[in-house]
Amino acid sequence: MKYLDDFRDAKLAQGLLAEIHQTAKNHWVIMEICGGQTHAIMRYGLDQLLPSEIELVHGPGCPVCVTSLELIDKALAIASNPDVIFTSYGDMLRVPGSQHDLFSIRATGGDVRVVYSPLDAVQIARQNPDKQVVFFAIGFETTAPANAMSVVQAKALGLNNYSVLVSHVRVPPAIHTILSSPANRVQGFLAAGHVCTVMGFWEYEPITQKYAVPIVVTGFEPIDILQGVLKTVRLLETGEVKVDNAYTRLVTRNGNLPAQNVINKVFMDADQKWRGIGMIPASGWRLRPEFEHFDAEQRFHVEDIKPEESPLCIAGLILQGLKKPSECPAFRILCTPEKPLGATMVSSEGACAAYYRYTGAPSIPAIAISNE
Amino acid sequence: MNTKDLFENKSDPILPTMEGSVCPVPLSHKERIVLGHGSGGKMSQDLIAHSFLPQLDNPILRAGNDAGIVNINPTTNLAISTDSHVVWPLFFPGGDIGRLAVCGTVNDVSMMGAQPLYLTAGFILEEGLELEILERVVKSMQIAAQEAGIHIVAGDTKVVQKGKADGVYINTSGFGLIPHNIRISGDQARPGDKVIISGTIGDHGIAVLAARGELGIETQVTSDIAPLNHLVAAILAVSNQIHVLRDPTRGGLATTLNEIANQSEVCICIEEKAIPIRPAVRAACEMLGFDPLFVANEGKLVAIVHPGDANQVIQAMRNAPYGSEAVIIGEVQASPERRVLMHNAIGSTRIVDILSGEMLPRIC
Repeated sequence: MKYLDDFRDAKLAQGLLAEIHQTAKNHWVIMEICGGQTHAIMRYGLDQLLPSEIELVHGPGCPVCVTSLELIDKALAIASNPDVIFTSYGDMLRVPGSQHDLFSIRATGGDVRVVYSPLDAVQIARQNPDKQVVFFAIGFETTAPANAMSVVQAKALGLNNYSVLVSHVRVPPAIHTILSSPANRVQGFLAAGHVCTVMGFWEYEPITQKYAVPIVVTGFEPIDILQGVLKTVRLLETGEVKVDNAYTRLVTRNGNLPAQNVINKVFMDADQKWRGIGMIPASGWRLRPEFEHFDAEQRFHVEDIKPEESPLCIAGLILQGLKKPSECPAFRILCTPEKPLGATMVSSEGACAAYYRYTGAPSIPAIAISNE
Repeated sequence: MNTKDLFENKSDPILPTMEGSVCPVPLSHKERIVLGHGSGGKMSQDLIAHSFLPQLDNPILRAGNDAGIVNINPTTNLAISTDSHVVWPLFFPGGDIGRLAVCGTVNDVSMMGAQPLYLTAGFILEEGLELEILERVVKSMQIAAQEAGIHIVAGDTKVVQKGKADGVYINTSGFGLIPHNIRISGDQARPGDKVIISGTIGDHGIAVLAARGELGIETQVTSDIAPLNHLVAAILAVSNQIHVLRDPTRGGLATTLNEIANQSEVCICIEEKAIPIRPAVRAACEMLGFDPLFVANEGKLVAIVHPGDANQVIQAMRNAPYGSEAVIIGEVQASPERRVLMHNAIGSTRIVDILSGEMLPRIC
């Protein structure tokens, strides 16, 4: 892990912080898109170290948080089926649907398994020909290539017992939605480095021009994030509007073309419901007609499950950067990771969970430790 | 108003009047057991507080230590502990369920400063289990018992129908004598005390996770399962100012330190860069989105020691079995808020909470 330690280096961090302090003359509101970035900011206390001029607000880039209630209820209905092995990324198990979560389904006898990759789910399908294996294919552009690849692989293997419950969301339409809101406060973005690793950043160029906001592609380690903030502040202070890349070790303008090809082969644009935000046109992906055979919604006839999200949930305001978790009256009192009221408190990438876990600490000096 | 008032004392939480928006109704998992109840974290604590303590309460149980301390006569205290072992797979790099069953209980007894003497062992066996597997497990128990210098003096066997258990489950209970001048307990940490860890954290959890093969990670990490009674004896031989000993098993170092902070009504401050973590464990945790502070250990102890004795305790640990990588990782501070704070390498501070439920790999 030498490689990662370089991106957590205290001296480098202090140098970048000093530069940010020098550069920031005005108050700027910057949104980090990705929940992984939110957690790194909180975990390393970067918000404590940045100058007061910089206000970080937290974006919608937590895939677990924005997966619609409707889709979670569909997942629960499918997972309850005794002939089904329901496979999912770990984070999804705790997210509450209207009545239950996947943990409850497992506790009442459902076969719910955590997998680290959808290709593992395909493997489970091969090993269990008498069972229907369903993968909960959620996420942003980051997880889409692997999710798509599982469908391609299942088709090549002629698997009739594998299907996917798809709910893919994309970052650029979400940024459009945030920036076109009359209540918007965001003046610059840290784009999600992993999403851009797959998709490149050319899609963001028209957005910067249309709304005159700088966007900086940013990674996930403390040094990455501070570099992203510094580049954004520089652009904001000089008034320059463009996409800049602070994650050059992984991201190119055009992204990963083979990954994009497999996405395009399997998925097509679709309107998508975002939990807490609502319907955003053409903001997600669904299976193309030639892969409909792998659509779990059709296979298990759950298309008609349409629960209504409580209109009162503040998670939507948090995901759009309009409120902070600490401004929610339920935060820490009624809403905790053990008893989450909303998805943003559930996921390890959710903004509320990050605030809950890491914030509120008084600053303590370094502890002098002698271990001779 | 706090969460405790809302959830712990009332069967139906009364929602406070809120201004503006509130979120949907929570899922509290109050009706059925879910795996998170066995995680060793907050959900386990809630289960103890709500379902066990109200019925079984007594001062010894309420002390909340790794072993109960029973006063036999004015000069003799007995430490009694019990632990059930359901690890899967039964065999994994660095150990197996048999070694775990012996060491787990030996360690719980040792953490009271007791010298463990006797164990009992109860086996729940699944119909169809190969005898060869059982015999390997029992052999491993014998080797661990010999290493610890204890005897298994009573046992029980039950067989359940195929599918009603997973191969072998083992319960062990342990008994040990506490020398009469020893008073080690989770409530004894004092401001100024040094916090020592006996070696690297997270090895056991990552080794078992990798051995399951479900998450597609391969690693050279082996479990740290070990009987720690000789290490404890070495510490006690050089210091009579050991205030707390605890083995950070399920829930990891973070959960253990929080338990101590809570019991002793102090704040525990640790320094991130001082905490020893093997590169392979760190790498696996990075990949899976786990925090090594929450990953289980089975052969490590946390010692909270008077500052004047810290260096000699460290030296004694480094010369004893399973203590060669012992280091100081922080100190105890006076604070009305019972919590664990960690000073990061880049100069900020964060709260280290306890594990809430089951540890889950993140999505991307």
